[in-house]
Amino acid sequence: MTPRKKTVLEFTLNGEPRAVLCEPQQTLLAVLRDELHLTGTKEGCSNGNCGACNVLLDGVLVNSCLILALEVQGRGVLTVEGLARPDGTLHPLQQAFLDHAALQCGICTPGFLLSAKALLDENPTPTESQVRYWLAGNLCRCTGYDKIVRAVLDVARSQSAAHATPPPVSPA
Amino acid sequence: MQAFDYHPVTSVSEAVALLAQGASGACLLNGGTDLLAQLKEGRRTANHVVDLKRIPELAEFRLPPEGGAWVGAAVTCRTLSRQAGWRNRFPGLHDATHLIGGVQIQGRATVAGNLCNASPAADSVPALVVHGARVHLAGPAGRRIVPVAGFCIAPGRTILARDEMVVAIEIPPLPAEFGAAYLRFTPRNEMDIAVAGAAVAVDLDGEGSHYRSVRVALGAVGPTVIEVERITARLAGRPVAEVSFDEIAALARAAARPITDMRGTSAQRQHLAGVLTVRALRLAISRARRTQAASPTGDYL
Repeated sequence: MTPRKKTVLEFTLNGEPRAVLCEPQQTLLAVLRDELHLTGTKEGCSNGNCGACNVLLDGVLVNSCLILALEVQGRGVLTVEGLARPDGTLHPLQQAFLDHAALQCGICTPGFLLSAKALLDENPTPTESQVRYWLAGNLCRCTGYDKIVRAVLDVARSQSAAHATPPPVSPA
Repeated sequence: MQAFDYHPVTSVSEAVALLAQGASGACLLNGGTDLLAQLKEGRRTANHVVDLKRIPELAEFRLPPEGGAWVGAAVTCRTLSRQAGWRNRFPGLHDATHLIGGVQIQGRATVAGNLCNASPAADSVPALVVHGARVHLAGPAGRRIVPVAGFCIAPGRTILARDEMVVAIEIPPLPAEFGAAYLRFTPRNEMDIAVAGAAVAVDLDGEGSHYRSVRVALGAVGPTVIEVERITARLAGRPVAEVSFDEIAALARAAARPITDMRGTSAQRQHLAGVLTVRALRLAISRARRTQAASPTGDYL
């Protein structure tokens, strides 16, 4: 058996190749925050209930607190730090969260943003019920959720309007 | 979390060898949604964590032309939910796999892991039982196949030997007039653990008016899944209109052996066993008659 020692984890983080030394028992969340100093991903419950640590792993929404860092060897991770464009332009979801005041203390926000991105990537035109069910794994103790749901629906509407062909002119 | 060695194995034989070598100090890591939470809380200890997700055989998902399904042990609930063939052909199993945890849990969690964790409240297990699912196991002595019914023997305990692992779950081909459903009761609509659950599978005659066979399995009302054989015996060959739902609910309540705990009282669970059985039966019948498709929650995900 291999000796218990630090291992080099090589993976793609927010589009950039990264290598970091980590211990087998470190979670992806711990390595992101403590080794790579990307503190956008938050630690809430640390047992998969609150969604504050949500990231995308090869496009799939996951709790980074319930994944060993070494499980992502060779794979791609997207965190909240990877959402805005390099020039600082916010992702439409980030902008909508600001516009709708969909955050107060902000600790749940990165997780909500990644969850909402995963939803819109898979279903660009969700209903309100679909948004609420999809976001059920993210807990927020400040907003009461309504503003978050409205922000996500707003992005869905504006993105689908941008892509839609102009509707036929209806008779007056 | 305590320190351990991590082994990302790429074959079943490697995993089994590590289990045999590591004795009680080796844990299998699949989706990790139970194991990592348990290791963090100190409810389990491990010197060696054997990650199964890089074994190609465990990632296989097949819908054979003759019917049924082959679900490799590392196939996630999310992968299953997104397969049209899974949702349409196995709505009773889909009911369960798309309500385990939330989207981010489903992105990692597996049906095999749900089974091996052996929680009395596991959502997928009652549904697997009524589908007659079988578990393919591998160990140092070779492979064996066992039914899902009887796989869990106590809370947190299964028939798996220390050096054995699940390779896949196989769903047998289903009859043409087959319908199934799984329903559970939770205080929240989502992201919660069942207070009680019921899975029902029916095979109706060509007219949809008689039961050919019925299977009912209850979750979270006993230490392991309880199959209600008295309902199976009472309904086989009977006209659907003949046996009252009240009588069926009473048989389900009589089979339940619930405890009182933080999630609910014994009396509430007994009551729920009857209510959920009848609702799942009605849904299974309408699905068998093709009068209702998809999920009782309106397919939100």
